[in-house]
Amino acid sequence: DTSLAEVNSFSPSMPISPSSMINQYKFEDEPELRDLFITVDDPESHITAIETFITYRIVTKTSRGEFDSSEYEVRRRYQDFLWLKSKLEEAHPTLIIPPLPEKFIMKGMVERFSDEFIETRRKALHKFLNRIADHPTLTFNEDFKIFLTAQAWELSSHKKQGPGLLSRMGQTVRAVASSVRGGVKNRPEMFTEMNDYMETFSQKINVLDKIAHRIYKEEREYFNEMKEYGPIHTLWSASEEDIADSLKGVASCIDKCCKATEKRMAGLSENLLPILHEYVLYSEILMGVLKRRDQIQAELDAKVDALANKKTEKDLFSEEIGKLEDKVECANNALKADWDRWKQNMQCDMRTTFTNVAENNLHYYEECLATWESFLASQTVDLHVEEDSEDRP
Amino acid sequence: MEDCLAKKMEITVSEAEKRTGRNAMNMQETYTAYLIETRAVESQSEGQCAPVDSLWRRYSEFELLRNYLSVTYPHIVVPPLPEKRADFVWHKLSADNMDPDFVERRRIGLENFLLRVASHPVLCQDKIFYLFLTQEGGWKEMVNETGFQLKADSRLKALNATFRVKNPDKRFTELKHYSDELQSVISHLLRVRARVADRLYGVYKVHGNYGRVFSEWSAIEKEMGDGLQSAGHHMDVYAASIDDILEEEEHYADQLKEYLFYAEALRAVCRKHELMQYDLEMAAQDLTSKKQQCEELATGTVRTFSLKGMTSKLFGQETPEQREAKIKVLEEQIQEGEEQLKSKNLEGRDFVKSAWADIERFKEQKNHDLKEALISYAVMQISMCKKGIQVWTNAKECFSKM
Repeated sequence: DTSLAEVNSFSPSMPISPSSMINQYKFEDEPELRDLFITVDDPESHITAIETFITYRIVTKTSRGEFDSSEYEVRRRYQDFLWLKSKLEEAHPTLIIPPLPEKFIMKGMVERFSDEFIETRRKALHKFLNRIADHPTLTFNEDFKIFLTAQAWELSSHKKQGPGLLSRMGQTVRAVASSVRGGVKNRPEMFTEMNDYMETFSQKINVLDKIAHRIYKEEREYFNEMKEYGPIHTLWSASEEDIADSLKGVASCIDKCCKATEKRMAGLSENLLPILHEYVLYSEILMGVLKRRDQIQAELDAKVDALANKKTEKDLFSEEIGKLEDKVECANNALKADWDRWKQNMQCDMRTTFTNVAENNLHYYEECLATWESFLASQTVDLHVEEDSEDRP
Repeated sequence: MEDCLAKKMEITVSEAEKRTGRNAMNMQETYTAYLIETRAVESQSEGQCAPVDSLWRRYSEFELLRNYLSVTYPHIVVPPLPEKRADFVWHKLSADNMDPDFVERRRIGLENFLLRVASHPVLCQDKIFYLFLTQEGGWKEMVNETGFQLKADSRLKALNATFRVKNPDKRFTELKHYSDELQSVISHLLRVRARVADRLYGVYKVHGNYGRVFSEWSAIEKEMGDGLQSAGHHMDVYAASIDDILEEEEHYADQLKEYLFYAEALRAVCRKHELMQYDLEMAAQDLTSKKQQCEELATGTVRTFSLKGMTSKLFGQETPEQREAKIKVLEEQIQEGEEQLKSKNLEGRDFVKSAWADIERFKEQKNHDLKEALISYAVMQISMCKKGIQVWTNAKECFSKM
C-alpha cells in the first residue's frame, strides 16, 4: 500500500475522476522520497443538541519511524483544521502555510451544507494536508502529527495546552503596532521585490478568478440554450418526409455538442476555478507572511534604535540584539527558501492547470468536429446531381 | 425551363444607396434604393460582352410587384420578399433598417427574389415583371393600369370563406396545416438560434479578457512571462473569431427565413382555393333554391316558408299572369346560373390542377434548398470547430512552455 509506485494514488474509497487527478496536488521535487500519504474523504453529518457539523475521515499511511503505527484513521471537523493552521503559523511565522477553504461562501449560490459545498471543501482540505505533508519543514511539525494521529478526546485535551487566547491576542496587538511603525526601512531589497511582486500578483490573480467565473457562467448559459435547440429540429422532422432524416441528423449533432459543452464546463469547475481560488487565498497568505517578517525586523530595529540612545547597559542590550539578529536571519532565510519553493510550485500549478484548460477545449472542439463531419458524410452520400443549377438563385 | 427568363438574362441587385426624398404626405424621408443590373446572356456566347442595363428600385416597388403577381397568379406559390424589418435579432445586430449589415442582407434577399421569379416557368413570362427589370420610369403607372387591385380578394371575404366552406379539396386542407406547422417550427427555430448565437458570442468574447491580464501578469514573471504573453495573444484571436462565424450564420438564418415567408405564400394559394370552392358552393346553393322556387310557383304548392307566400295568402293570391312572369324570370336566372355554375366548376378544377402542379414544383425546390441549407450549416460548424482546434492547440503549446 505504501509502495513507491503509488506516489499519487489514494485510498480507493475516494472518487477519482480523470480531471480531479490533475487537481490533486502534485509535488514535483523528489516524489520517490514521499513517506507520508494522506487522504480526506467520507464527510459525515453530526447532530448534537447545540449544533450540526460535518466531520471528514483522515486516513494516514506512513513509513516514518517517529510514527508509532503505519496507518491511522481519525475524524476531524473544520474547526480542527483552523486550529492546525493557526498552530503552524505560530510556530513558523515566516513560512508559507497553505490556504484553507473559506468558512463561508459569500456567493450565495451554495447552501451551507449542500453536497456541492461539502465536496468542494473536502477536496480543498485534502489539498491542504497534502501540501503540508510535502513541505520540507512543516511535515515534521508536532501539531501536524497529533492532528493526523490523535483520537478525538486526545486532540481536545492537547488543544487546551499551549499559549492561551490572551497571549495570542498579545501577539496580535504587537503585530498590529509594529506593522504601523516599521520593519520597512531596513528591509532587504529582496523582500521589497517580493512585496511588489505579491501586490501585482494578487491583483492579477483576483482578476483571473473573476474572468474564470464569467467564462463558466457564459458557458452554462450557452448550454441552457443549446438544450432547447436540438429538439426543435426533431419536432420539425415530424412534419417533413424528404428532409426528415437530415433534420434528425442535425438534431442529434446539436445534442451531442450540447453534452460536450457540459463536459467542458465540468472541466472548468473541477480544475481552473479551484486552483485560481487557492492562489487568491495564497496571495493573501503571502502578504501576511511578508508582514510578519517585517514585524520581526521591526522588533530588532526598535531595540537597535533604543541602544543608540543608551550609553550604559550596552552589554545587556547587545545580547538581546544578538538574539534578535539571529531571529531575523532565520526568518529571512526560511522565507527566502519557502518563497523559491512556492514560486516553483505556482509555476507548475499554473502550467498544468492552463494546459489542462486548453486540452479541455481541444477535446470539446474535436468531439463536435467528429459529430458534424460524420453528419456531413451521411448527407453527401445521397446527394443527387442537380440539373438546372443555374435556375436556382 | 428552357424559356425561362433566368436563362436568357443575367440579373443582379448589385448596389444599395441611401436616398432622401419626399413621400406622399410631402414629408422628407430617408430610404434605400437598390440597383438592378440586367444583361442579356445570349450575346455572351458569341464571345461578345453584352451591355449592362440598370435601374434603381426601392423596397416599396418590390412590394408592389409582388402584390401584383400574387393577385394575377393566385394558383402560383409566389416567392416571398426578404423581411421588411429586421426580426429574430440577437443583441449584436441592430433592428435599424439603415444598418449596413441589414441593408446588405436585404440586397442579397431582393436579388434572390428576382432570380426566383425569373426562373419560375409561369411568372418569368409576365410582362410587368419584365418591365420592372428594364423600365425605370412609368412602371408604377403601368402596374396600376392593369387594374389588379380590383381583382384582389378582400381579407374579410377570404376569412368568411375559410370558415364556411364545406367541401374543400382535402389536399389543400392538409397543405394549410403543413404551412401552419412549418411557420411555427421555423419561427421557433430562428428565435432559439438567435439566443444560442447571443450566448456563443458571450463565451468567445469573455475569453478576450485573458489577453490583457496575461500580458500584465507576464511583466512580473521571468520564466512564465513569454508563455503567458503569447497565450494571451491566442485568446484575443479566439475572441475575435466569433464575429465572422456569426456573420456567416446570419446567411443561414436568412435561408430559413425565406421558407418561413414561403409558408404564407402557400397559405395564400389554399385560401384562394377555399374562396373559389365557397363561391361554387354558394352558387350551387343559390341555383338549387331558385329551382325550388320555380317549382313551387309552377305547382302552386308552398313547401318552404316565405314572406311573399304569407303576404299573398293574407292579401290575396296573385294573378296567373303575375305568376307566369315570375316563373319566366326565374327560368332565365336558372339558365344563367347553370352556365355560371358550369364555368365556375371548370375554373375550380383548373385552379386545383395548376395550383397543385406548382405546389409539387415548390415541394421539390423546398426539399432541395432546405437540405442544402442544413448541409451548409454543418459545414459552418465544422469550420468553427477547426478554428477552435487551431487556437487552443496554439494556446496549449504556449501554456506548456510556462
